[in-house]
Amino acid sequence: MHSLQFDVAHLLAGGLVLLSFLMLYQDRLYALLRVFTFHSLMLALSVAWQAYVQDAAHLYITAAIALIFKGIIIPVALHRMIVRLGIHREIETVVGVGLTMLAGMALVGLSMVVMLRVTPGADALAREDLAFALSVILIGLLVMVTRRNAVGQVVGFMSLENGLVLAATGAKGMPLVVEISVAFSVLIAFIVIGIFLFRIRERFDTVDIGALDQFRGERR
Amino acid sequence: MIAYLPDAMSAVLVIPIVSAAILALISNYRVSSRLNVLASLFTMMSAGLLFADRPAPGQFLFIDDLNVVFVVLNTFVGFTTSVFSASYISHELETGKLTPAYLRFYHAMYQVMMFGMNLALVSNNLGLMWVAVELATLSTVLMVGIYRTHEALEAAWKYFILGSVGIALALFGTILVYMAARPVIGEGLDAMVWTTVIQHAGAFDPALLNVAFIFLLLGYGTKVGLAPLHAWLPDAHAEGPTPISAVLSGLLLNVALYAVLRFKILLNASPQAIAPGPLMITMGLISLIFAAFMLYRRRDIKRLFAYSSIEHMGIIAFAFGMGGPLANFAGLLHMTMHSLTKSAIFFAVGHVAQVKGTQKIADIRGLTESHPVLGWGLVVGVIAIAGMPPLGIFMSEFLVVSSAFARHPLLALPLVTGLLVAFGALLLRLGGLAFGEPRGSLAPVKASYLPMFAHLAIVFAAGVYLPGPLVIWFQHVAQLLG
Repeated sequence: MHSLQFDVAHLLAGGLVLLSFLMLYQDRLYALLRVFTFHSLMLALSVAWQAYVQDAAHLYITAAIALIFKGIIIPVALHRMIVRLGIHREIETVVGVGLTMLAGMALVGLSMVVMLRVTPGADALAREDLAFALSVILIGLLVMVTRRNAVGQVVGFMSLENGLVLAATGAKGMPLVVEISVAFSVLIAFIVIGIFLFRIRERFDTVDIGALDQFRGERR
Repeated sequence: MIAYLPDAMSAVLVIPIVSAAILALISNYRVSSRLNVLASLFTMMSAGLLFADRPAPGQFLFIDDLNVVFVVLNTFVGFTTSVFSASYISHELETGKLTPAYLRFYHAMYQVMMFGMNLALVSNNLGLMWVAVELATLSTVLMVGIYRTHEALEAAWKYFILGSVGIALALFGTILVYMAARPVIGEGLDAMVWTTVIQHAGAFDPALLNVAFIFLLLGYGTKVGLAPLHAWLPDAHAEGPTPISAVLSGLLLNVALYAVLRFKILLNASPQAIAPGPLMITMGLISLIFAAFMLYRRRDIKRLFAYSSIEHMGIIAFAFGMGGPLANFAGLLHMTMHSLTKSAIFFAVGHVAQVKGTQKIADIRGLTESHPVLGWGLVVGVIAIAGMPPLGIFMSEFLVVSSAFARHPLLALPLVTGLLVAFGALLLRLGGLAFGEPRGSLAPVKASYLPMFAHLAIVFAAGVYLPGPLVIWFQHVAQLLG
């Protein structure tokens, strides 16, 4: 089983986790966006490799969506949005970099322990993929909670969805329903987010969630 | 799926989606609000037909004894809410809070949301169910933000982020279920078809199922509004239009709960997997007690009832978590009663907030004097939701408590504490709202009381006498839930 196929898949999925880590400590929006672009490209490669290994042609579609939509269209659009909003300055992270990285490592450890322990029956490729995918998902969550900026949170969420796609393609023969749905949901999610960002801008001249947080419902 | 198009099950899906498309084109709000009511009525009637005409399960859609209950409840409350919505939004238009362009969007989204919820309920495919829940979530996010005020945007953003994270975790859980099913059923679509999956559940890898259930419970549990994951719920209820609050509380929470229940059945069918009950009991009790105490500190009337929804979803999760015929029966009954009562309360609250021009509890007083019909409607609703006899919720809560005493007396203690704390809080607030010197605007209210009183009448009737066939039906479903 430990053939070239396995090694390449392992390398690509591991690269995805590494890029997730890179995302954790970016304190500028542009840099964050750039890492996310590489994240999506890595995902596209990984999915394409799975398509080749599993001989599943429909996975190439998923790879293409990851490449074109998440690797090109979204980063370009977000980049333009950042320029238009004039928010390319620093983004503050809520917790310190050191602590965030430690938390990220702990999450990766956790997902390895959980996933490798519960999937002894599955083939090695699927096991490793699931463990890596869970790491990417959890780090994506961490990116979301450590950002106070709406664009940063959105990028965190999209990296989380990349993890989901990795998991879905790692599960061999998973029906097309799910792949399309993931891609589709990203599309919708992006539209929604776009509307929101637009509206937030329109009304408050800021996309800093911190400014929104001043209002806490009843505590006026 | 297309082959048996004219049947009732397809109608439940086709009517909302087609009317959503039509409503998106109509700019006259009077026409579109009526059309919205009409479409909801037809959907409800087709749902009623499902009892008689039940198509064979396909690879994507199916109807069984469990989801037919949810579909009928869903479409019924969807219909009554559309009636309420018609009178509610004309007022919003007069006060200029919404423009006709937004109403067009609102009506189309209302039907999209109904489509999403119905699809989630009738889907026979775990992937499709997930897509449908996500669709329903996204459409409600847009509705919550429709006023575009500072508060509404924050509420919608919070709801969107938390909802997306929840839905992402649920998808991971779904993938794990597929991973567990694949070695037994084989690759491809069949391993995600519910009716096939449940037959083979006994042979699935239990460890994988356990992890999957944790993710599914956390994921869909976020949408149910269970306690550590509830943060989006009060904001979304308070800042969106009131018909949406009614639908969120009355329907969307149930749909998410239905998803959790499906996977609970799956775990029950696998003998070596962990028992899902204790997890649900724990989350349910935490929600109940947390929300019960939070009720005391509410100053916003819609938030008050939003927290009450968290409390009741906690009770329902507790009941289903305990399992067994009696507790499941109680859970089903409580879910139905809560949907009806809570949406009736929101119907009343919507008109109250409109006529008083505020949602602050302190600024609303003496409703029974200034607006008797509305005021007494609210009184009956709150008494019902607090669990006083002889209304329906008393009966279901009584069943939950008594089965808890019979089986886990120690668990009954926190349950009863939570119920009593919530009871006190609601009556305390009700006293101020309904009685005393009227405060605020005394202007007469143009309202359609029919939806509110229809719901309350059903709740009252159910508290006094449950028809035999209904009891048998619920008992049968309770057996299925295991």
